[in-house]
Amino acid sequence: MLIFIIYKTILVLLVFLISLGIAAYSTYAERKVAAFMQDRIGPDRAGPFGILQPIADGVKMFMKEEIIPTVSSKFLFILGPSLAMLTALMSGVVIPWGGHLTFGGQTFPLQITDINIGMLYVFAVVSFGVYGIMIGGWASNNKYSLLGALRASSQMISYEIAMGLALVALIMKTGTLSLGQIVAQQGDGLWNIFYQPLGFLIFLICAFAETNRAPFDLPECETELVGGYHTEYSSMKLGFYLFAEYINMFVSSAIISSLYFGGFNIPFQSHFGFDGNLLSLLQVVFFFGKIFFFIFFYMWIRWTIPRFRYDQLMFLGWRILIPLSILNILVTGVIMMRHEIFYYLSNIF
Amino acid sequence: MQLTDRKKVVVKKEMSLMEKLYIPAITQGMTITLKHFFKKGATVRYPEVKREIAETYRGQHVLKRDEQGAERCTACGLCAVACPAEAITMESAERRKGEENLYREEKYASIYEINMLRCIFCGLCEEACPKEAIFLTDRIVPVSGNRKDMIYGKDKLVEDINHPIDLSYRQTKAVAEFKKDKTKAHNQTWKDKQNLIKEKSH
Repeated sequence: MLIFIIYKTILVLLVFLISLGIAAYSTYAERKVAAFMQDRIGPDRAGPFGILQPIADGVKMFMKEEIIPTVSSKFLFILGPSLAMLTALMSGVVIPWGGHLTFGGQTFPLQITDINIGMLYVFAVVSFGVYGIMIGGWASNNKYSLLGALRASSQMISYEIAMGLALVALIMKTGTLSLGQIVAQQGDGLWNIFYQPLGFLIFLICAFAETNRAPFDLPECETELVGGYHTEYSSMKLGFYLFAEYINMFVSSAIISSLYFGGFNIPFQSHFGFDGNLLSLLQVVFFFGKIFFFIFFYMWIRWTIPRFRYDQLMFLGWRILIPLSILNILVTGVIMMRHEIFYYLSNIF
Repeated sequence: MQLTDRKKVVVKKEMSLMEKLYIPAITQGMTITLKHFFKKGATVRYPEVKREIAETYRGQHVLKRDEQGAERCTACGLCAVACPAEAITMESAERRKGEENLYREEKYASIYEINMLRCIFCGLCEEACPKEAIFLTDRIVPVSGNRKDMIYGKDKLVEDINHPIDLSYRQTKAVAEFKKDKTKAHNQTWKDKQNLIKEKSH
């Protein structure tokens, strides 16, 4: 029991630190990717190739003067970024990072907890994330912040429906909400993307909207709203908001690859003949490869597509994605029940 | 009146199904950005790498000395008149006895200032100068944190007597040929003139 607790604590700490590290280096990667796509060089002054840039940015954020507007509601003003950060970090709990490690006859799963409603938990936590933005934007007592917060909440609520409906089709196919089982099912067979291409597309678009990334970065669009919901924020509280966005990006990349791209499974892994521990570690590496690809994909999209107009965003969410995801559920259902339908029809005629 | 044939009539037509899907257009855009991702950037890392500049590059000014090291400028003010940005100011003074080695002619500029923030580096001062005193060089004006430092006085403009800047490459062949003719007053140094006077008096 004690070993179990120690192991879980270590795993939680590891996931926490890795999330923070990846979020920090995502900022660096974002600037580099942006630079390369615009035929520039990007940050290259701090350390070789500028790899110390995130540290310099972090130090800068901590050194900045912390301003809390006098007209703001102070408690909520501080609660906002804390909530954003908390919810961003919480959703990493149910993600299976790899198979099992075996030490001295005991197996240690590389997943903090495999609750049987894993996907539902992720949904709950992600939709909780909007509170961080809402509270922060409202507490700032600033028009731009409030508008940004309003946009964020309406956008997140709209796209959550389509996202949930896209997932319903996937859950119909897998028959479970547990992320561990969804990944395990894809171990030997095909990845879910081949069964659910439309569902994946809808899920991907909604994931972009949920993480407030371009082309759906309306809550913080600089051209219209100064900084959106974080206009009034400074110092590390601003850093928390920006950081939370990158952690969200990391977590949603992990969830996309778990749900649709086989998670930590390596294609044809049973044919290589690796033993348990080595295979598990390879799986972790492979999983992170998939995650990094999706993080890159997020940035790739950001520097390709211009921002949506607000009415276009709502149009896409309500009038295209939701009907499409319902259609996806129907088609999935028909394909799953094809034998029964065939049997029923043959009885009639 | 039609100036060019590049006019294009914009037709607002209904989008086709493929266009309405947006996905082909997005993938097209993404291939373009990916192509740029692997392209070499156009950036020149300035302090370490310096861009090759033209021979006739118009950078920081220099106030030339003649072969004997005397300042050529006579404070005639033609450069200041020619300057479209009104960046040049000067004050003239009369040369005293014993200063012949310092100033080429009887009148010289006691103060000569160019405001580098106003200067547009057009080179009209260089063109206007009848004494070949002011030239633009290939040096880049360094940045500064305040405006006062950007007003360059004679301390920064007059060339170092020990390190004269060779600007002969900036002159056309005709000018270089003309400069060899020492009978022209323009090409005579103070000492040449003294010698001429001596010859005449003999």
